[in-house]
Amino acid sequence: MHTDSEDNHHPGYDYLYSGHIPTTRFQKTLLAIGSGITAIVDPARDDMVSAFGETTGYFALQRLREKMLKDPVGRQILEERPILNSSTLDIDYLGSLPENTFGKHYWKFLTKNGFSPDARLPVQFVDDDDLQYVMLRYRQIHDLFHTVLGMPPHMLGEVIVKMVETFQTGLPMCALAAMFGPVRLGPVHRQKYFTTYLPWAIKCGSSAKFLMAVYYEKHWEQDLQEFRQELNIIEPPPGIGRKKKNTENAS
Amino acid sequence: MAAPMVKRSSLIINNIFSNYIRKNISKCKRSISFSRVNGGDNTSQTHFGYENIPEDEKEERVYKVFENVATKYDLMNDAMSAGIHRLWKDYFISKMAPTPGTQLVDVAGGTGDIAFRFLNYVRNEDSESYNNQDRQFDVETPPELRSISELDEISESGESKTEKAKSFVTICDINQAMLDVGKSKAENLGFSSETCFIQGNAENLPLESNKYDVYTIAYGIRNCTHIDKVLQEAYRVLKPGGRFMCLEFSHVTYPLIQQLYDSYSFQVIPVMGQVLAQDWKSYQYLVESIRQFPKQEEFVEMIRNAGFKMAKYENITFGVTAIHSGFKI
Repeated sequence: MHTDSEDNHHPGYDYLYSGHIPTTRFQKTLLAIGSGITAIVDPARDDMVSAFGETTGYFALQRLREKMLKDPVGRQILEERPILNSSTLDIDYLGSLPENTFGKHYWKFLTKNGFSPDARLPVQFVDDDDLQYVMLRYRQIHDLFHTVLGMPPHMLGEVIVKMVETFQTGLPMCALAAMFGPVRLGPVHRQKYFTTYLPWAIKCGSSAKFLMAVYYEKHWEQDLQEFRQELNIIEPPPGIGRKKKNTENAS
Repeated sequence: MAAPMVKRSSLIINNIFSNYIRKNISKCKRSISFSRVNGGDNTSQTHFGYENIPEDEKEERVYKVFENVATKYDLMNDAMSAGIHRLWKDYFISKMAPTPGTQLVDVAGGTGDIAFRFLNYVRNEDSESYNNQDRQFDVETPPELRSISELDEISESGESKTEKAKSFVTICDINQAMLDVGKSKAENLGFSSETCFIQGNAENLPLESNKYDVYTIAYGIRNCTHIDKVLQEAYRVLKPGGRFMCLEFSHVTYPLIQQLYDSYSFQVIPVMGQVLAQDWKSYQYLVESIRQFPKQEEFVEMIRNAGFKMAKYENITFGVTAIHSGFKI
């Protein structure tokens, strides 16, 4: 995917895909350590979380790719490479869907929190074009995981989603975020986490269908609870906040 | 697309890139470091790190680099050199050994490291001066002698009532973001009255000729597109007798240390740039541009060609940094 002629291009950049920065094993190690520490010290540095995931995810990404290839929908995703961004997503259409649908809930998640589907960073440090897409796909459907699991984007919700993702993807970045995340929780949330949500997340993560091989873009109109049943996701325990069933009020 | 093939191809790509970097490093060691290549359609090309770009694009590319790094510039300098850049700059000023009253122009001086060191140096000089030491005696001067003693009086700000000028630094930089950082530092450190910040291009300075005692450019000249033009401008704005001084990364003379330095530069610095400043590419550019800069001897020849006399250089830290100097006489 070289854009300009070879002469006018930095040797190395965009080597395998647009945005690619090739790195040696030593650089990846150093970057993994540096980004890991920075991500814990300053979680707002989402680029560090991304870099950590990319430099430590080599084996997990390969496993994910193989698993996706074995699944017919997963294989379709790898061939078609759908991208979630503001040009491929019709936000207004999602907002026009009925209240109980997956698409409408996702729309609520984006608009209430002021998120944009473009906010996910591109992949830079993965030295393989296919694996780069798997990483990108994981990053892009993270918000969809929030919706499907009914978790708001505060610290507690993030930790729970990361725990489920650990089981689903095996990425070290998810495991470490799930392990160290609770350190930053307030006492109320921490108690809720260990008594209620952690057991649910573990059960959910291990028994749910393979979430990376789901073509989410084809399920916008589906009823959310029905979608969850299809994916073997147990309804989330109440008391977490916004993303509740259609009848109850959000806190 | 079976798994073993993927693994193998990833490893191969990894190896190819490591080899590429290694080859490039050795290529740069051997080649003439400053070369202009003619592009196919007759536009002049130049280097931007290891990239070849049209000459007229370089200024903008460099501008963007420094715009990106300005707020983290000082932090990154400390991290990359483990604080040693401070020693280099201190040594540079001690080599300059300026006297109070010197008019300095510091080009590419954005965040003010050289300017502030210069001012601290001359302030210290002033307070240690012989005349001031006399003032510590609280002796009542008799009226008939008072008019004579007033000729020697040094006022509180350090300047005499006769024409002795105040030390002053004109800081010139092409990049507004860097100047802004320097300006606020000057305010915090109390140097605002002895400095002025001007945006300008080193190849075409918005300054009068024959005006300055010393011209400095620290870690800036390697980013300029036409080094010869920069040197000509330096010659122009200096007073006759003025001194040109350049502090710049240069070429390490000992092979073993060079290998360590190269490994550190290419393996560690861009990673540091990504972690601390969220900017891999600017710091990759930094380490590459160092290798593209002329070697010590070649640069000192360029200084001579611009008209400077007594042109010489001194290596610091095995050649990682070098001070080049010349006089307009």
